[in-house]
Amino acid sequence: MLHEPTPSFSAAFAPALLDPARTTPGIVTGPHGKAAGKRYDVYRNNVTVSLIDALAAIYPAVQRITGPDFFRAMARFYVRSTPPTSPLLFEYGRGFPGFIAEYQHAQTMPWLADVARIERAWLDAYHARDAAPLAPAELAAVEPERLADLVFTPHPATQIVRSDFAAVTIFAANRDGAPGGRIDASAPEDALITRPEFDVIVRHLPPGGAVFATCLIQGRPLGEATTAALEASAEFDIPTNIAGLIEAGAFMSIDFGDAR
Amino acid sequence: MTTAIAPGASALPLRYSNPIGGIAGTSFKPEHLPAILSAGPQRGFFEVHAENYMGAGGPPHRALEAIRRDHPLSLHGVCMSIGGPQPLDKAHLARFRGLVARYQPSIVSEHLAWSTHETSFFNDLLPLPYTETTLRHVCDHVDQMQEAILRPILLENPSTYLAFAETTMSETDFIRSVAARTGCGLLLDINNVFVSATNHGFSALDYLSDFPLARVGEIHLAGHAEQVDDEGDLLLIDSHDRPVADAVWKLYEIVIERCGGVPTLVEWDGKIPDWPVLQAEAAAAQEILDRYGPAAWAGERHAA
Repeated sequence: MLHEPTPSFSAAFAPALLDPARTTPGIVTGPHGKAAGKRYDVYRNNVTVSLIDALAAIYPAVQRITGPDFFRAMARFYVRSTPPTSPLLFEYGRGFPGFIAEYQHAQTMPWLADVARIERAWLDAYHARDAAPLAPAELAAVEPERLADLVFTPHPATQIVRSDFAAVTIFAANRDGAPGGRIDASAPEDALITRPEFDVIVRHLPPGGAVFATCLIQGRPLGEATTAALEASAEFDIPTNIAGLIEAGAFMSIDFGDAR
Repeated sequence: MTTAIAPGASALPLRYSNPIGGIAGTSFKPEHLPAILSAGPQRGFFEVHAENYMGAGGPPHRALEAIRRDHPLSLHGVCMSIGGPQPLDKAHLARFRGLVARYQPSIVSEHLAWSTHETSFFNDLLPLPYTETTLRHVCDHVDQMQEAILRPILLENPSTYLAFAETTMSETDFIRSVAARTGCGLLLDINNVFVSATNHGFSALDYLSDFPLARVGEIHLAGHAEQVDDEGDLLLIDSHDRPVADAVWKLYEIVIERCGGVPTLVEWDGKIPDWPVLQAEAAAAQEILDRYGPAAWAGERHAA
């Protein structure tokens, strides 16, 4: 059924919701000819506050680091420039880490955007499709001469976040509330995010581990991934890394590339 | 995993759950899950916001499965944007259908409101003018949603803070027409009636007298906050963050006296209290239901 393309009430009502520079839409009124300014502001406030709250729920460690006033001021800019495009709020804020990286007042915290990236990955892992992780016995049953050709299918929750800073340590200290010692923020850390069953796990990958895991997640065979990891770091240790990834539930299944 | 129907299995014909009768329920909040489960199956039902369970997997579904195993469920959509002029989001309709198929709720409801304009989602229940044009849009959207989920929905009356100059009909006439044209049922939010009545200066009792009560399949109760408008007069905010007000309880009793046992939900979405506080609110509603309504068969499944 076709509707006439006249300008809609929502086209008049919506633009000022997230733009404080705009005046109250002319189409609205209070009862009996009363003003509607404060009345319209209730909607402005509901929209803005609820979206800032949504970001605070997605990025609790970032808020803990910055304090609520700094966080809410920063989030307000983001909400006004980038409102959600999906009714699923747990999908919101994918651009927030990038926004933080550019945010003028956050430049003294260069690791903050990476902490946000880990938190965004954490929430994606939390909502990811349920799947049983690969059992260690399956890997143990592979004949040694075929190991190099082995291809891994990642678990739906698995993600890697690389950082030039100690983002994993900073994330952990501010997410779980565990008081830690002084953190050397300049030590680079890579995060592995998994959810083998129902609890999201964030781990710090050893040297070369992020390159290795990323190759495997992309479907490159174990031999290639190992070569790439050794190129990235001479300290790379194959057994430790494979065991760590399997134990964290990073993969769902294994096969040989030619069998696909 | 449990035996719940997978979201992908949405081609299955949907069962109609049995009506749950005059029982009281509460919003389900994940922080209450341990307290609810430790108490075991109870008389009562739970309502969830559908969108919170539209992720692919993970703890939210585990929690909802645990709740659904022993209790009737009400699936309350808050983001369909039925009241807006633009077409409904097809992907969102499909997700909603998948959720209905998976959890077989006793009640499915949505709002007479809108929340999306073009591509922006505003995360609030925004008001609409009541005209022939908006009536047509709302009816089309209710039809579309009912076709998508293969069962009728209940449409909830809004709480509003302002009106539109172009409005040509009363909210009750508008809602009556939507129900008559689409066959949908109604969710009567009595706190919304009280909030809107105060904000617009009409009588809540007159509104309720004019409301098509025979169509009501669920009642909502909630708490509200107080502000002031441009003239310094009282402006009530539908905040869902405190106990139900005494005046709303009085209206509720009047409605139940008129229409008997209707499933009644106490909503609480902000400043979430400990479970016993919310449970006590539901018990207060149940006491009124038991006083006026016929005993509900569903309440006997788990005789205390």
